[in-house]
Amino acid sequence: MTGPATAPAGRHGLLPGRAARAGLLAVVLAATAVFPLIFTNQLVGTIGVDTLIFVAAAVAWNIFSGYSGYLSLGHAVFFGSGAYVVGIAARDWQITGAAEFALLPLAAVTGALIAVPFGLVALRVRRHTFVVITIAIFFIFQLMAFNLSFTGGTTGLDAPFLLWSPLMINQRFYYMTLALALAAIGLSWLIRGSRFGLQLRAIRDDEDRAASLGVRATAVKLTAFVISAVITGLAGALWFFFIEQVLPQSGFDPIFDLTVALMAFLGGLGTVTGPIVGALVIAPAQQYLTSQVQNSYLSQILLGALFLAVVLLLPRGLVPTVAEKLALRRARLAGDREAER
Amino acid sequence: MAARLIHAVINGILGGGVYALMAVGLTLIFGVLDIINIAQGIMVILGAYLSYSLSVHLHLDLFLGLLITVPAMFVVGVAIQWLFIRPLRGRERTSMSLLASYAVAIIIEGLLYLAFGPNFVVLSAPYVTSGVHLLGFYIPYIYLYGFAMAVVLVAALYALLYRTRFGSSVRATMQDRTAAMLVGIDVRRVSALTYGVGVAVTAAGGMVFGATGGGFNPNSGYDLISRLLALIILGGLGSIGGALAASVLMLTLESIVDIWQPTWSVAVFYAALVIVLMVRPAGLLGRAAARSQ
Repeated sequence: MTGPATAPAGRHGLLPGRAARAGLLAVVLAATAVFPLIFTNQLVGTIGVDTLIFVAAAVAWNIFSGYSGYLSLGHAVFFGSGAYVVGIAARDWQITGAAEFALLPLAAVTGALIAVPFGLVALRVRRHTFVVITIAIFFIFQLMAFNLSFTGGTTGLDAPFLLWSPLMINQRFYYMTLALALAAIGLSWLIRGSRFGLQLRAIRDDEDRAASLGVRATAVKLTAFVISAVITGLAGALWFFFIEQVLPQSGFDPIFDLTVALMAFLGGLGTVTGPIVGALVIAPAQQYLTSQVQNSYLSQILLGALFLAVVLLLPRGLVPTVAEKLALRRARLAGDREAER
Repeated sequence: MAARLIHAVINGILGGGVYALMAVGLTLIFGVLDIINIAQGIMVILGAYLSYSLSVHLHLDLFLGLLITVPAMFVVGVAIQWLFIRPLRGRERTSMSLLASYAVAIIIEGLLYLAFGPNFVVLSAPYVTSGVHLLGFYIPYIYLYGFAMAVVLVAALYALLYRTRFGSSVRATMQDRTAAMLVGIDVRRVSALTYGVGVAVTAAGGMVFGATGGGFNPNSGYDLISRLLALIILGGLGSIGGALAASVLMLTLESIVDIWQPTWSVAVFYAALVIVLMVRPAGLLGRAAARSQ
C-alpha cells in the first residue's frame, strides 16, 4: 500500500504476501467495526470518534498536500466552513434532531465552492508563497467567523440537540465517521495508483518538467485541492454535530492545520497509510492529554515538541522508514542465505 | 474629513516604520536561508514580554531595556537556527523548516502562556501616555520615538548589508548559496548570524508594538505573523526595499480604511495580498528585482 518507493511484498516472510495482506486488512476492518461494541466507556468512545475525524482530515490533507508537495496550512478553512454551514442552515431552517444529517451534502458542496476560488488564487504561486497564502486566507475566514452577522460572532453556533443516549451518540457517530474515514482512505488509495495520482506526484517532483511533458498542472492541482476540501468539509460538519458547538477559534483553529500536517508527516508524507498511522498515534494522544492534563498550554507545548522531534529525527515519516528497515533486513537475510549455499 | 485622512496617513506611516523593522527581519531570513520563519510573530511577542518583564521588575526604561533584549533575542535566534533549522536536509528542507519554525512558534506561545497567562498586558512609560500636538494632531511620543528608532535600525541594517564584509557574504548567499560556498564564504555561519539578526530586530519591534497597540497576549503572535507574511509577499520575498514599501503602504491603507470600517481594516491586508498576487505572482518588487540590487 505504500507504493513503488518502498519494497514490494516479499517472498521471504518479513513483509506479508498478497493473501496475508488481504487477511490482515480483513482483521483490521473487523476489529474496527466491533470496537465501539466492546469499548462502551464514554471517554474511549469520544476518543474513537475524534480519532476517526482526524484520520479523514489527515488523509484528505495528504491527498492534496502529500501527493502534490504543496503544503496547505489553511485546511481549517474547509473544516470550519463545513461546521459553520450546517450550523447556519440548521438554525435558519429550524432543523432539529437527527434531520441535521440531511445537511451533510451542504458541507461537501461548500467545501468545493470555497476550494475553487481559494485554489485559483493560491495555486498561481509556487510552493513557498502558497503556504503563506493559505495561512492568510485562513485568517480571513477566522475574521469573518468572528465578525459577520450570520455566524453568531464570538458565541458561535450550537448544533441541533440529538435525542440519543450518550452511548448511542458515541456508537452512531463512530460508524458515521468511520464511513467517512474509509471513503477518504479508499479515494486516497485509488488516486495514488491512478494516472491522476501520477500526475500529482510528477508535479511534486518537478513541476516545470511535468508541465512540459503535458501535465495540465493547474487543473490537476485544483482537482486534488477540491477533493481534499470536500472531505475536510464533511469531517468538519460531523465534528460539529458531535461536539454540538462551534466557535470561531475552534472551527478555524491554526492548531488544526498544524495537527493534520503533523499526522501526515509523522506517518509518511505522500503515502496512503502514513496519514492514517499518524492520526491513529496523535489524535488519541492529544485527546488523552487534554482529558488528563487540565493545562491546555502544556499539551500545546508537547504537540510542538513532538512536531520538532518528528521533523528532526523522522523526516520521512514512520511508514517509509520502517518499510525501508524491513526491506534492508530482508535483503540481508536473503544475502546470508545465498552465502550459506 | 480631510483632517482625519491626514491623521490616518500619519499614523499609517509611523506604524509602518515599526512593521517594516519586523518585516525586514523576516524577508532577510527568507532571502538567506530560503525558509519562511513562521516563528517571527511570536518572537515579536516574546520581545515585547521581555521588555515588559524588565520594565515591571527592574523598572528599566523601555528603550534602555532594548540594550538587553536585542542581544538576548539575537542569541535566541541563533540557538533556534542551530538546533532546529540547520540540521534539516534533503529535498523537503524548505517545507520542513517552515513546519519546524511553526512548531517553535507554538512551543514559545505555550511557554508564554505558562509564564504570563492569557491576560492582555501593555507596556507603559511616561512617553507612552503623553504626546505632542503636531500640525493639530495629537501623537503620543512613543509613536515618534518608535518610528525614529525603526528608521535608525533599518538604516543600520542597510549599512550592515551594503557596507560590511559580513553584508557582502549575506548578499552573496542570497544570490547563490552554492557559489557563495565555492568562493569561501562560511554559509552555515552566515545563515546562523542572519537568523539571529532577523530575530533580534523583533525585540525592538516588539517593544514598540507592545507600547502602541491595545495590549498584547501570547495569542497576538498569530495576528502579527499573518500580517508580516502578507507584507513580505506583497513586497516580494527576499526584497528588503519591497518589505519597507509594503509596510508603509499597507499600514497607511489600513489606518485609512479604519476610519470607516474598524472591524474590517485588517481584512484590507489580505485582500490587497490576494489582488496583488492575481496581477503579479512575484509580489510588488519581485525576487529577481530584489536580488539584482
